[in-house]
Amino acid sequence: MRIEIRGGRLIDPKHGIDRPASVYVAAGKVAAIGDAPSGWHADRVLDATRLVVCPGLIDSSARLREPGFEYKATLESEVAAAIAGGVTSLACPPDTDPPLDEPGLVEMLKHRARSLNQAHVYPIGALTVGLKGEIITEMGELTEAGCIAFSHADAALANTQVLLRALQYAATFGYKVWLRPQDVHLARGGVAHDGEVATRLGLPAIPSFAETIALDAIFELVRATGVQVHLARISSHDGVARVRAAKKAGLPVTCDVAVHHVHLCDVDIGWFNAHCHLVPPLRGTRDRAALRTGLSDGTVDLICSDHTPVDDDAKQLPFAEAEPGATALELLLPLTLKWAREEKLPLTTALARITSDPARVLGLDAGHLAAGADADVCVFDPELHWRVEPDALRSQGKNTPFLGFELPGKVRFTLVGGQLVHES
Amino acid sequence: MNNPQLSADGELQHLLTLEGLPAEIIGRILDTAVPFVSIAEREVKKVPLLRGKTVFNLFFENSTRTRTTFEIAAKRLSADVINLNIGVSSATKGETLLDTIDNLVAMNADMFIVRHGESGAPHLIAQHLWATQRQHIHVINAGDGRHGHPTQGLLDLFTIRHYKHDFRELTIAIVGDVLHSRVARSLIHGLTTLGTPEVRVIGPQTLLPTAVESLGVHVFHDMRDGLAGCDVVVMLRLQSERMKGALLPSAGEFFKHYGLTVEKLRLAKPDAIVMHPGPMNRGVEIDSAVADGTHSVILPQVTFGIAVRMAVMSILAGSR
Amino acid sequence: MTGAPLPDAELALGRLADKMRGAVAFDAKLVGIYSGGAWLAERLADMLDGEHPVGYIDVSFYRDDYAQKGLRAKLAATSIPFEVTGSRIVLIDDVLYTGRSVRAAINELFDYGRPESIELAVLIDRGGRELPIEATYVGARLAVARDVSVVLQRHLDGRLELSLEPSGSAGGE
Repeated sequence: MRIEIRGGRLIDPKHGIDRPASVYVAAGKVAAIGDAPSGWHADRVLDATRLVVCPGLIDSSARLREPGFEYKATLESEVAAAIAGGVTSLACPPDTDPPLDEPGLVEMLKHRARSLNQAHVYPIGALTVGLKGEIITEMGELTEAGCIAFSHADAALANTQVLLRALQYAATFGYKVWLRPQDVHLARGGVAHDGEVATRLGLPAIPSFAETIALDAIFELVRATGVQVHLARISSHDGVARVRAAKKAGLPVTCDVAVHHVHLCDVDIGWFNAHCHLVPPLRGTRDRAALRTGLSDGTVDLICSDHTPVDDDAKQLPFAEAEPGATALELLLPLTLKWAREEKLPLTTALARITSDPARVLGLDAGHLAAGADADVCVFDPELHWRVEPDALRSQGKNTPFLGFELPGKVRFTLVGGQLVHES
Repeated sequence: MNNPQLSADGELQHLLTLEGLPAEIIGRILDTAVPFVSIAEREVKKVPLLRGKTVFNLFFENSTRTRTTFEIAAKRLSADVINLNIGVSSATKGETLLDTIDNLVAMNADMFIVRHGESGAPHLIAQHLWATQRQHIHVINAGDGRHGHPTQGLLDLFTIRHYKHDFRELTIAIVGDVLHSRVARSLIHGLTTLGTPEVRVIGPQTLLPTAVESLGVHVFHDMRDGLAGCDVVVMLRLQSERMKGALLPSAGEFFKHYGLTVEKLRLAKPDAIVMHPGPMNRGVEIDSAVADGTHSVILPQVTFGIAVRMAVMSILAGSR
Repeated sequence: MTGAPLPDAELALGRLADKMRGAVAFDAKLVGIYSGGAWLAERLADMLDGEHPVGYIDVSFYRDDYAQKGLRAKLAATSIPFEVTGSRIVLIDDVLYTGRSVRAAINELFDYGRPESIELAVLIDRGGRELPIEATYVGARLAVARDVSVVLQRHLDGRLELSLEPSGSAGGE
């Protein structure tokens, strides 16, 4: 099908483009930018007047809850949420039930996603069997089945000996490892950032140095093994400083931040709002400021949604007992736009953090719109504000700290592989 | 952020915490408790204020003492009292906290007195009642995790006011495991709201929360320094599971550095009073000679506790 | 609209004391309902012959309008420094109106013990009863509209004065 996206503002961060231009899509690819190819006739014209046309968003962490947690959400509902949010590619962490530690599970997940024919799903495989932190997985087999990297999600990996072996093995074959920097023992039982707010609310707390101690250990192991590591969900001022220093020293590390930590801090917990129970915890204002600076200067490579749909029963509990996580696929774009406006950043920079930068870190040839690229496109209205209400979300998870907020950025069209998969 | 325990008109709707509770409301509760103290000395210790009301004591954490004082207080107001010791068993049966509340509301509950092991549980209940249009049902926090124990804080304030009168002239020390103490947090909020110029916390680093100064207190690790010139000394209970292991090496070592003895008490003012929320661990946080001595007001605290809880319940039940 | 001019409180008190003198039991105990009745009880204890112990009662915990109005902000402590059981008591209030305060006071007294008898002395009877309660001794009678309150004040020098105020202020029942 030939689709013409006419009269929009094209923003392609990878190529530094921000200008009015139409986009021509044919046979699943971008056929041309700006001027129509010779002999062009469109089967469908999408009117992109006053809209932004950018590469489909790439979300480097979104839990789809399959297999095993279908009562919380399903592939159908969450992929629908993704494309409603303009996300055309997403990576999902291995903490499903059972965890993604066997090729069969990975193949099934990929097959399910392909048959929905909507967003591209890239599974991240488990680093150890069952995520138990003892035996490393068959990373070769898992890579063949479709895993793009290996991680331990939020499961504890306290045994540094096991971690060292896993990194050595991954380095041998060039597999990328994603690690969440949090010292297991210092974080045990903690549900909030160790500071004034947790002290006042009487919540068990996790100090910032649980993150920095883990980062120091990880950097040593990277130096020793040469493995490529992506640090998932940085949360503290000192953590950002450590990453900046490590990059400056030439270590092959990248890092991301969850979109909530770009906006919220521990004060937002208010009177025990369980929607603010997140992993890692929301830290202080100084930490949030450092994360924003890190995103602007590239120390923090990308923003992910860390999408985690949680059923109502699991959230309507006292703060510490509530299941952590927030639904966020549909808020990735609006919250990124909000951040850009507040920091007065050009849209090319802001959108890079959710398109070309994740593509680079995930090793995908995506997140850009040059002629010949896959036609994964997001067309959105940057001026339209919408209210975050349960009914406005496609995800089965309605658990977000932004309920009731008015956010900018409404996705009007989403194309994946040249097909119009979402319009509103 | 609006205070969930006050109605739109600023009336007390629930008692969840002493944080952000205006001094006028605290004063009113303490003033209302005064006549209730003398009721306890009558033959007929009841007044009819809560007649026909059903009060549920919802204890998710065991506590015979606190539950009993609330039961006595409610019965002296002529309320019908039902005790529910939920413990862990109901949770394993799969009924959520809010499901339990909904069931009890269907049984015409007028007031919930809630003790829970997790901070924020009473707030969750109050929020749920508001969201489901049951504003006439009141919640009293009888202790939530480490967060707060507002009726204990109020009875401590009542006790201090009874013996020392003006908060604005006092130096008050709170000694022991502040990190895990909801009693300490509530008392600190109450004291700072009522204008106490010098509130001290005394304990080892392992038992003091991060950034505790932000609550408006001075930190002392040396008990002798901290007790100097105090008008009131509040000893906190040290729970047995804290006594060995990573937080503290032993009860004996704790008593050596942070136990209140007659000798250490001499550093405080000659007319200083000694308080303890109970139950006491004699020889761990407090010497028997002090606990039973002339400075101790630990037993009057118990009497005042019933009167203060009667005051809280009658103010709540009478709010529109 | 008053049917008659507002009585002078001191004169009414004098007439009340005259009626009570010789009529109340020699060992009668006076119990004043806060706050007007309390002032009157103190004065009457001086004005009557013989020894009459004085107690004070705050009826806030026994009122029948708690559900509508809640607990009043200012509470005083009931103080009965004698044995109620077997006593002959004269309950004293400033203004008798609906009779509800007196009902509350009687209920409260019975929670202290079983009196031998209770008589009621009031400075002003303004009619408008909603309960079957009558005063044994009355200083003066007054007819006042429903939207007006009759209020007794005590000046710094101890002098008592009556005034009328629009309803809503605490003005006897």
